[in-house]
Amino acid sequence: MSTGSTDIEIISRVLNGEQHAYSELVERYKNYVFTLTLRFIKSREDAEEVAQDIFVKVYRSLADFKGTSKFSTWLYTVVYTTSITFLRKKKMEVHSLDDERTFELADSQDSGFRANQVEQKSKVNMVNQAIKLLSPDDAQVITLFYKAEQNLEEIAKILGLETNTVKVRLHRARARLKEKMETHFREEVKDIY
Amino acid sequence: MNTGHFNNEHMEERLWEYIDGFSDPDDLPVVKSLIEENQSWREKYNELVEVNQLLHATELEEPSMRFTKNVMEEITRLHIAPAASSYINHRIIWGIGIFFIVLIVGFLVYGLGQIDWSASSDTSMLPVDIKNLDYSALFNNTYINIFMMINVVLGLMLLDKVLMNKRKKHYT
Repeated sequence: MSTGSTDIEIISRVLNGEQHAYSELVERYKNYVFTLTLRFIKSREDAEEVAQDIFVKVYRSLADFKGTSKFSTWLYTVVYTTSITFLRKKKMEVHSLDDERTFELADSQDSGFRANQVEQKSKVNMVNQAIKLLSPDDAQVITLFYKAEQNLEEIAKILGLETNTVKVRLHRARARLKEKMETHFREEVKDIY
Repeated sequence: MNTGHFNNEHMEERLWEYIDGFSDPDDLPVVKSLIEENQSWREKYNELVEVNQLLHATELEEPSMRFTKNVMEEITRLHIAPAASSYINHRIIWGIGIFFIVLIVGFLVYGLGQIDWSASSDTSMLPVDIKNLDYSALFNNTYINIFMMINVVLGLMLLDKVLMNKRKKHYT
């Protein structure tokens, strides 16, 4: 992710009028932003639209980026707030961490899902599929930690939580991921758990 | 080495902390030795290491091929908004703050100056008869209401600033 110019260098070029340089930032982060958005908004079409809006919003407020944190941390904060706002606007259900219904819903989705995924061979793909079965809060914290190269303090900043709360959330998210894998991918996890 | 509080109930939690590098420095050698010497800890450790590797190896989702092009087309019509700090004049904010502080201090000094300190502490001997005070006349005055409201707003702004600084300190 750090090949070529640094994020700060690209941002200063954009701020100096090189608008096309922004495409480098979009290319660099589009998969991260799209994946994180998809953790909240299950529809790919909606998630893609929101992800595009996020990049437009970030471009508009690029002058406000002070460089006190990583650009990615700032960007993912916008991802989080925009995704939440989108869900509220659409009046879709936002599942909180302790909402029991989250798991009931996930379980009801699993029954149909499992039938299609039972032939899944790759362990990595299995983990990917299991993450999709998690609640948005759990999936988000796992993605930020493992894929988006954010440490606990940065995740806390993105989600507006205390660092210790993030630590607990990460631990719980992994425990729930394990449950999902054991329940829905029993064959595949035999040699892991 | 005391490993009494490292029971199996918290085994997974301790091991994840160890794998993530978040272990307490005091706990680190204990966990390390448990992994080396205790079979159930070793097995669990190997299991979690594999899950950890799988989690790192997961792939990101990819948006459509036109994604970057769409964003770039959208932003050609837009301009970067000026930084918020460029149009907020801190001198004006400080000026307003200082004006009200001076005003409050002035009122306090004037009020304290009016008190007859030589009077007895007996409440019945107060220089002002509290019972006969007409509060409605005081608080119906438009200027006083505006003054109070501005002070409340300033107080809230100050509280917000204090909380924000506290939060910033916490993150750094």
